[in-house]
Amino acid sequence: MDCQAFWLTIRLSALVAAILLVVGLPVACWITYSNWRWKFLAEAVFALPIVLPPTVLGFYVLVALGPHSPLGRGWEALTGHTLAFTFEGLVVGSILYSFPFAVQPFAASFATVDPRLVAASHTLGASRLRTFFRVTLPLSVSGVVTGVALSFAHTMGEFGVVLMVGGNIPGVTRTVSIDIYDKVQAVNYSGANATAVVLLAISFATLSVVYGLNRRVWVWK
Amino acid sequence: MNDNSISTAITLPGAAAAENGGVSVQVRRHLGKSFELDVEATLPAGITILFGPSGAGKTTLLDCMAGLVRPDAGRIATQEKILFDSALGINLSPQLRRVGYVFQDLALFPHLTVKANVEYGLSRVGSEQRKQRSTAILESFRIAHLCSRRPGMISGGERQRVALARALVIDPAILLLDEPLAALDAVSKSKIVDDLRAWNQEHRVPIVYVTHSREEVFALGERVMVLENGRRVAQGTPHQVMSAPRMETVAQLAGFENIFDARVTAVHEERGTMVCQLSTSQVEMETPLVRAEVGSALRIGIRAGDILLASLPPAGLSARNVIPGRVVSLAQRDVIVVAKVNCGVEMEVHLTLAARDALHLQPGREVWLVVKTHSCHLMGIS
Repeated sequence: MDCQAFWLTIRLSALVAAILLVVGLPVACWITYSNWRWKFLAEAVFALPIVLPPTVLGFYVLVALGPHSPLGRGWEALTGHTLAFTFEGLVVGSILYSFPFAVQPFAASFATVDPRLVAASHTLGASRLRTFFRVTLPLSVSGVVTGVALSFAHTMGEFGVVLMVGGNIPGVTRTVSIDIYDKVQAVNYSGANATAVVLLAISFATLSVVYGLNRRVWVWK
Repeated sequence: MNDNSISTAITLPGAAAAENGGVSVQVRRHLGKSFELDVEATLPAGITILFGPSGAGKTTLLDCMAGLVRPDAGRIATQEKILFDSALGINLSPQLRRVGYVFQDLALFPHLTVKANVEYGLSRVGSEQRKQRSTAILESFRIAHLCSRRPGMISGGERQRVALARALVIDPAILLLDEPLAALDAVSKSKIVDDLRAWNQEHRVPIVYVTHSREEVFALGERVMVLENGRRVAQGTPHQVMSAPRMETVAQLAGFENIFDARVTAVHEERGTMVCQLSTSQVEMETPLVRAEVGSALRIGIRAGDILLASLPPAGLSARNVIPGRVVSLAQRDVIVVAKVNCGVEMEVHLTLAARDALHLQPGREVWLVVKTHSCHLMGIS
């Protein structure tokens, strides 16, 4: 089993989940409370990573990160190296890839918070921001935990985007799923199986913990 | 409003400005395609009951006052400040209105303790003062012992008091109560009503109290405003509005179990009475005189509790309406007996258990209904 690949995968997943928590909350808020008439288009765009083949997503991310795009050039000017085929590039790709898996549970749980509670908070003098942190967010814990866990688990298992954006550089972009693919290519089935089982176990454990918590801990009645 | 001036006289001079402070409300607001709220009213300090069938726009009116719903046009202002004015482009956010609002479903924060719920509106107050104010109100509402519990762990009456305390602790300039006691039993209800009256005596601010209950109207109300289809249809003291209703919805709310279409058959101006025939029957009744001509249609409302039942043909009565009929059914509701009597039309009559037994009433028995002229309340057909 390739410990380096595992460590890399877990680092990547944790970082992506953390970033999506910070970025996803305001986006989910906007989806829940905005009255913009074209909101549905934005929602469709946000959901695209669920249905697009990872290769398609990966391809566009690769182009967007490459030296011919403004983003790629900006990054290169800033850091001295390109985004593609680096860990940072992988993070960017994974954020896009796992975006709906964080934002949709967030938004769904915000939507279930009784609007009268928000109204009550406003009449009691609390600003929108304070209301969000004292009422909406605490009452959405289950959705937020689900979103973070799903984006973590989903990033752990990604393959296509990583391959397109990151390639297969040990210690930098070689994640567990790439490692498994390599082993199968090399007809090392027992090695592939050992790694796959661990990935399966981690994913299952993550999801069980989340669903278990949602059933018991966050219920206020 | 004698009690108003008394309480003015005994409060401290510093409070005088707020003392007379009412709120003037003039709002128009469309809801969907067919419904429009269009109300103009001045609500003085003290309790104003807002009464009306569901869908009349009561909650929408409260939401407009609290700043949760933006009216299409109009003006809402207290003596000190303008909360909303479409012409001036003013629309104060709910945070700045200092409106205490007890919601119909209370809207207590389920994840916060009773204490945290009550202190929620005091975040801008210094911690010393916050503690003092929340302790005072928790004690005066007898919920101090529930401090560390969450709303899901306390009884309905206790939740109601927490919601009231949470709205009152911010020292609101206007208090809005949306059926705050609807879900309570009579005992807890009367206790909270007492709390609210005491608070009202101390803080003279406009209080708008939405209710469906007649008892609450008479127990609390200095004034009643009746809303129907988004319009104000009646206003006055509880007695004025509820005892002589001109609108049928008010009549039903005011507790007329018997409402009949009728036609005027004779007018006796010199005696101040009329005779009306109930439609679809031969029954004629003497009623008070109103401005109506022979042949005109109107409605008669009679409370089930205002009708006497006799088991023999009564004689020597002052009451002018004695109508023979037969008992159709008897049903017991709490401590009263609800009798349906067919006398050409079906009338509901309320009597005590003892009266039922003394008269040996049972379905099929012949009886006489006795109704005083002035127990017949006349309404126009709208």
